[in-house]
Amino acid sequence: MTKSANGKNGVPPQLKKSPTGIEGLDEVTGGGLPTGRPTIVCGGPGCGKTMLSIEFLVRGATQFDEPGVFMAFEETPEDLAQNVASLGFDLLDLAARKKLFLDYVHVERIEIQETGEYDLEGLFIRLQHAIDSVGAKRVVLDTLEALFSGFSNPGILRAELRRLFRWLKDRNMTTVITAERGDGALTRYGLEEYVSDCVIVLDHRVAGQLSTRRLRIVKYRGSVHGTNEYPFLIDENGISVLPITSFGLNYRASTQRISSGIPDLDDLLEGKGYYRGSTVLVSGTAGSGKTSIASHFAEAACRRQERALYLSFEESVAQLARNMRSIGVDLEPWVKKGLLQFHGIRPTEHGLEMHLARLHKMVDQFKPRVVVVDPITNLISGDGDREIQSMLMRLIDFLKANQITAVFTSLTASGKHAEQSEVGISSLIDTWIVLRELEENGERNRGLYVVKSRGMAHSNQVREFLLTDRGVRLVPAALGAAGVHTASASKKNRLERIIGPKKQKRRSRQRSAVARIRKTAAGDQGKPFLAKAAGENR
Amino acid sequence: MKRKVRARPRSKTQFFELRLYVAGQTPKSLTALNNLKKICKEHMDDQYRIEIIDLLANPQLARGDQILAIPTLVRNLPTPIRKIIGDLSNTEKVLVGLDLRTPSVVAGAL
Repeated sequence: MTKSANGKNGVPPQLKKSPTGIEGLDEVTGGGLPTGRPTIVCGGPGCGKTMLSIEFLVRGATQFDEPGVFMAFEETPEDLAQNVASLGFDLLDLAARKKLFLDYVHVERIEIQETGEYDLEGLFIRLQHAIDSVGAKRVVLDTLEALFSGFSNPGILRAELRRLFRWLKDRNMTTVITAERGDGALTRYGLEEYVSDCVIVLDHRVAGQLSTRRLRIVKYRGSVHGTNEYPFLIDENGISVLPITSFGLNYRASTQRISSGIPDLDDLLEGKGYYRGSTVLVSGTAGSGKTSIASHFAEAACRRQERALYLSFEESVAQLARNMRSIGVDLEPWVKKGLLQFHGIRPTEHGLEMHLARLHKMVDQFKPRVVVVDPITNLISGDGDREIQSMLMRLIDFLKANQITAVFTSLTASGKHAEQSEVGISSLIDTWIVLRELEENGERNRGLYVVKSRGMAHSNQVREFLLTDRGVRLVPAALGAAGVHTASASKKNRLERIIGPKKQKRRSRQRSAVARIRKTAAGDQGKPFLAKAAGENR
Repeated sequence: MKRKVRARPRSKTQFFELRLYVAGQTPKSLTALNNLKKICKEHMDDQYRIEIIDLLANPQLARGDQILAIPTLVRNLPTPIRKIIGDLSNTEKVLVGLDLRTPSVVAGAL
């Protein structure tokens, strides 16, 4: 055991941590990797081990003034520099400025003949030289296991590795060792046997043909840490780990109300609209007008000079803009103004976690006040119910914690009852609006009602939902004996009420007379059925 | 694996340029140097030069020849470059490694 530098004079030594500067990782580890100790990062091929270790060094050198040594056993410095250039890391420049020392260790067994006793002092000397040349505080060995293929004597190798880790600890180097994941064990050559301070496992899992990268801290001696699997992203800004389970039910509840963008809908909600920071679900069958309601909401936010983030999983941005123009909602000016941000993503592009992770990132960067996810069902199709619920819970918690009002649309499979299909998520939702198809008199019309809206006396009416060229209108539906009447039936009903059933009957008789005339005309053209139907109307 | 070793024909003008990488005066390094001197005397008819590089004094030199193990013997000439690690206690293996002998496996192909 080496004493860490801070354990002096009887003060109980507290584990010192070196921040990695990697988004989210420091949060999950409670401050970073253990200072002066080795950490193993293991995972399968292509899971991002090298990326993580490089970012650890680059951030260390640029943000924390801790120069680093990168000892590569697999790639040349030139290749490495090229690989990470897309992340905006200029390794060669850092090397030139003496912030980073890149050393490439080439091990190839066929070139080497072994005769008698040897040790790996050469490696130590190179490491020492590298550390001295830049005054390094951080060391990455990527991938140390290459040594196992280079030397045939495992006894010597294991003894030397043990010595190496002790040596690094003695020099107070915060070290990251990457290792290939083994079958049944954490690493193929059991490196975790030597490094027991901190072990991080990276994983690149494919479920339903969608891949998600995940990170888990298996072990962190002397420190509390998050134990969950956290999804992480590698994008143009490097790695970001998303500690998305860290939200709880302790968000503020705003009493502020914001308009839904549809005055008639606001009427149903006490005339004021949604609560700020609440979560709204708009569910309905295909073509029932969910997207229109969502667009109105986004536009209304922009009108209030608030930023809106619109995630579209079904339509491209251009298509959505065109379609919404047809109902009088012009979103484009707001996009140009920078108040509205569109993201058209296919749900199949990523796994569930990844979508959530990306959403996090977008929200963090754009800082919207309202978010629209259209439709959320597309996103969560294919995965298990439990997973959907946990994902939605985290998403909603996250948005609420940020006081973001969210509108999710949800596609109900036709045939199913609208209120049944959302059992899994309905309890998470504050305001739930259902759009229904009402079929009557040979017409299909739209009806809208508010199933629930927490914290307000919402209307219990079913309204007829009209898409006009000036936006969505909600018409109070006429009530008749059979329930809600829409469109023509509603007209008929209205007529009945206005002119009275007697007059109405007379009119109907007149209409029948016309139909009879048509019948005779149609009879020649061989349309007895239609005519018969018309006759029966009498 | 049992190996038969036979002499390899080589020209008289062949010159050996050898480099022995060591790290200080360790017993292993000294053994290696002694073994090397003996082998050279017996098999190279004065057609050789041994350069000893102490990495403790010149650590930056380890990079060029990709030295990890100590001691390492590098044959720079004749080309191609050959590397032998260890204290060179097994003379036969050293000779094979230096291409002074060709190993021929008793049973089996090359």
